[in-house]
Amino acid sequence: MPLLEIRNLSVDFSTTSGSFRAVDGVDITVEPGDLMAIVGESGSGKSVSMLAVMGLLPWTATVTADRMAFNGHDLRGMTPKQRRRIIGRDMSMIFQEPMSSLNPCFTVGFQIKESLKKHTDLDRAGRQRRAIELMQLVGIPAPEKRLTAFPHQLSGGMSQRAMIAMALACEPKLLIADEPTTALDVTIQAQILELLTGLQERTGMALILITHDMGVVAETVNRVQVQYAGQKVEEQEVGALFDDPHHPYTAALLAALPERATERRLPTIPGVVPGQFDRPEGCLFSPRCRFADARCKAVEPVQASREMGLALCHYPLSHGEPTNREKAS
Amino acid sequence: MLRFVLSRLLTFVPTFIGVTIVSFAFIRLLPGDPITLLAGERGIGEERYNELAAQFGFDQPMWRQYLDYLFGIFQGDLGTSFVTKRPVLDEFLALFPATLELSICAILLAVLLGIPAGVIAAVNRGKFFDQALMTTALVGYSMPIFWWALLLIIVFSSGLGWTPVSGRMSLMYFIEGPTGFMLIDSLLSGQEGAFRSALAHLILPTIVLATIPLAVIARQTRSAMLEVLGEDYVRTARAKGLAPLRVNGLHALRNAMIPVVTVIGLSVGTLLAGAILTETIFSWPGIGKWMVDSIFRRDYQAVQGGLLIIAVIVMIVNLTVDILYGAINPKIRNR
Repeated sequence: MPLLEIRNLSVDFSTTSGSFRAVDGVDITVEPGDLMAIVGESGSGKSVSMLAVMGLLPWTATVTADRMAFNGHDLRGMTPKQRRRIIGRDMSMIFQEPMSSLNPCFTVGFQIKESLKKHTDLDRAGRQRRAIELMQLVGIPAPEKRLTAFPHQLSGGMSQRAMIAMALACEPKLLIADEPTTALDVTIQAQILELLTGLQERTGMALILITHDMGVVAETVNRVQVQYAGQKVEEQEVGALFDDPHHPYTAALLAALPERATERRLPTIPGVVPGQFDRPEGCLFSPRCRFADARCKAVEPVQASREMGLALCHYPLSHGEPTNREKAS
Repeated sequence: MLRFVLSRLLTFVPTFIGVTIVSFAFIRLLPGDPITLLAGERGIGEERYNELAAQFGFDQPMWRQYLDYLFGIFQGDLGTSFVTKRPVLDEFLALFPATLELSICAILLAVLLGIPAGVIAAVNRGKFFDQALMTTALVGYSMPIFWWALLLIIVFSSGLGWTPVSGRMSLMYFIEGPTGFMLIDSLLSGQEGAFRSALAHLILPTIVLATIPLAVIARQTRSAMLEVLGEDYVRTARAKGLAPLRVNGLHALRNAMIPVVTVIGLSVGTLLAGAILTETIFSWPGIGKWMVDSIFRRDYQAVQGGLLIIAVIVMIVNLTVDILYGAINPKIRNR
């Protein structure tokens, strides 16, 4: 049984200028102990889909799904109270901006122990012991002293470590890390990623890493899901994905990696992710796709086979060349 | 912390001197002469006038009068009211408990209703409760106080007969207690019904006096909460699975309290300075009414002394607010 199983998840935001679909029919499957990444540019609905799973979206959002189950429990039918018993305990999340994600009014210790108080039966002394243990686990030196520190007394890297300690407090089965290193220095980024994967290995929890950085993906995860404009466009094992991307968007993302560039100038993907008012007909990526033809611009593509990485494309690539094209013409 | 308080106390010195100058000059700038007013309609002869002027020291040059006043202050002497012939400090202290009691009740009502109302409105932003509350707050804020007080008196005192019209205590009781707070003294006196009478007399003035601070606090709490509710750390708190009451009432509200504490401090300052209209309408024997009477009588000593004490009280309230900032937000404490 998968730990997290989501079928056809959509999230709509009601805005003053009408409804906006941020996530459009996304499927996600996470097995226990899985280590996967969700990749895409800003605005591709990666964070929103995970916030929907956590139930942290604002009230302007409407979440629909054919199936949304965690650990065998259907998340859709749950009351908010039942859901609050799961999030923070079995499923927890860390965020992009560690400095602003900690409450400036409370000590780090208070904020870590708060989770323990909510979800465990530990007494005061037990919570203190566990908090120190957690601080050591995430590599914060002098944990006893740091527990009494306020967030503004910690650096960005330390704050993110404290956030991780908080998320791990109740030994979750699933940790969602939403661009955990984007706001940090490059040297600290590597440390935090190492810490996350190390913890994943040690505790056996599943880890979903949300990122826009293909470089991070290559070094960290086993499986990759690529999202574009709210849709899942490809899913593959990390090695296969880097060897042979099947969706032109994935290929373009990989081509934009500095390490893989062969030309003097770094390749880019022209244009931006479509927003509320400029969603194209047919394939959403077609305006930016170098392989797109008339059919792409008129007809919505369907998912390709698993061998072709479930690519959401009329002409999924095979070793850089579009396939199926003869059949269409 | 101690250094912070001491440095703030140092800034009191120039403020204090400034207040003495302003309060001294203010009453003297008003047209009208205290001795002529004291003499009444029959007028006063020149000889007697000069005699009285010499007695009160009005024949001295201004700078001399000011220095006398200043030296008096440092000896704890705020002068003697030349209308009542009693020391200004005694007069003030006799009346201040009435104002303090009313102010405390009003600010408690405003805080205890205003903050939860603002929080609930912010959490339910744009929904019916929010809009109803904010409209009510706007009405409360813009309503003329004297009219609102009269409406309440007409409905609850003369119409329904639930509350007395004016004063602090029914004439049936004679309460003279150690604290000057009618609620406490009436309880201590052991007289049956006295406490109920004191409470009944307090209700309407408290509501009237609390109306504007209540509206301001509710609106300020709402806007501060709206700002804070979008912050990342509120999302973190929700991601822990905490109940909405704890997320909104602890994690968000604590951060939203800084501007709220500011407006509470400002309200306390103005309330203590005497709620002139409210005290006048309800014949509340407090310092607001006393100050107005003193100004009309050109009672120089009473006005400058009263203004000075009020200014010092406001300064102390402001200092308390500054200290509270640090207690609420550790970031400010360490600066």
